[in-house]
Amino acid sequence: MHKTQLLLFIAMIGTPILASADNAALINAGKQTAFDRTKGNCLACHQIEGGESPGNIGPPLMAMKIRYPERQKLYERIWDATVFNPETSMPPFGRHQILTESELEQVVEFIWSK
Amino acid sequence: MLKKLTLGIGLALSVTNIALADLKEDIRRFQHYFFTKFPQVPKMEYVNGVYAIDPVGRENWQAMEEFPPYDPFIDQGKQMWETPFANGKKYTDCFPEGPAQRKNYPHWDKKRAMVITMELAINECRTANGEKPFNYEKGPLAILTAYMANASRGQIIDVKVPKNDAKALEAYQQGKQLWFSRRGQLNFSCANCHAQNVGRLLRSDILSPALGHAASWPVYRSTWGELGTLHRRFHGCNEQVRAKPFELQSAEYRNLEYFLTAMNNGLKFNGPSSRK
Repeated sequence: MHKTQLLLFIAMIGTPILASADNAALINAGKQTAFDRTKGNCLACHQIEGGESPGNIGPPLMAMKIRYPERQKLYERIWDATVFNPETSMPPFGRHQILTESELEQVVEFIWSK
Repeated sequence: MLKKLTLGIGLALSVTNIALADLKEDIRRFQHYFFTKFPQVPKMEYVNGVYAIDPVGRENWQAMEEFPPYDPFIDQGKQMWETPFANGKKYTDCFPEGPAQRKNYPHWDKKRAMVITMELAINECRTANGEKPFNYEKGPLAILTAYMANASRGQIIDVKVPKNDAKALEAYQQGKQLWFSRRGQLNFSCANCHAQNVGRLLRSDILSPALGHAASWPVYRSTWGELGTLHRRFHGCNEQVRAKPFELQSAEYRNLEYFLTAMNNGLKFNGPSSRK
């Protein structure tokens, strides 16, 4: 097994164990922030399970642990997606302080759980 | 695709001594982008905004257009037009051609070295005759322009950027630059939503094509519940992306209107209109 595959495997089987009460609370807080029109407003552009009337400007947010085996990469993408794609429509949530540091952590945790 | 559009127009931007041929090329590229994206939509349909590309929304809109919400304001605007100022003069003293003025605006005033919009010309007419200027956002000005736009329906949009006038060109370029520049905390340009992502869903709203955006003002917008001006919409869009809006009828918005209307050249003015 390659190292990355092994890490992915550990990440996947490790998740339920890591999903402690604290983690569930963080994910839940992240959901509120992500769905709040004045905060993340992720549904403006992305389909997310459990969210109503999503837009389709960005891709559906699903299978996130497969698409982002490294949580940090997802964090960076949400922090400032223009680094990865200068033509992206995604607002730079961290760089432009659209979300606070703790809100960003919540949202990353929530999105990564999808 | 947006890359091609911005690159093409960006290239033109970098050349300081632009010729009229380049304006034609800007217009061709701008319009071609939408024609390619929506090959089934006839060119002249674009003046109907999002309803040109949204068959479901179009049905509701057509039902609304049977008794248009802007209709009463056309008569009201006619009365305003015909009512003399306190000094006995009338709007026709400023606009001898009559109310069907849309085709003349926006235009470049060489002497004053600025873009003149119809709304600005109306207020200048008023102040020159000792009347108070109207608010540029809504109310009496939107009502009067609803009458004027209605009288102008079918006029062809034909904005000119005069040759050999560096300042006119600069105004056009500033408008173009504003249209393509990302602004605000949310980091959006006009182009991001109304070209790059046109036709896609923002929540449950379809993003409307920029081609046609300058044709239908003033607009009775259900969201507003009243008539509003084009600059009101510019202002609102800027606020939505959390950018500091400019003043209505500022040089920034007049130049933006100049560029945007030029990009709509060849379409027909069809204001006033109703939108969601």
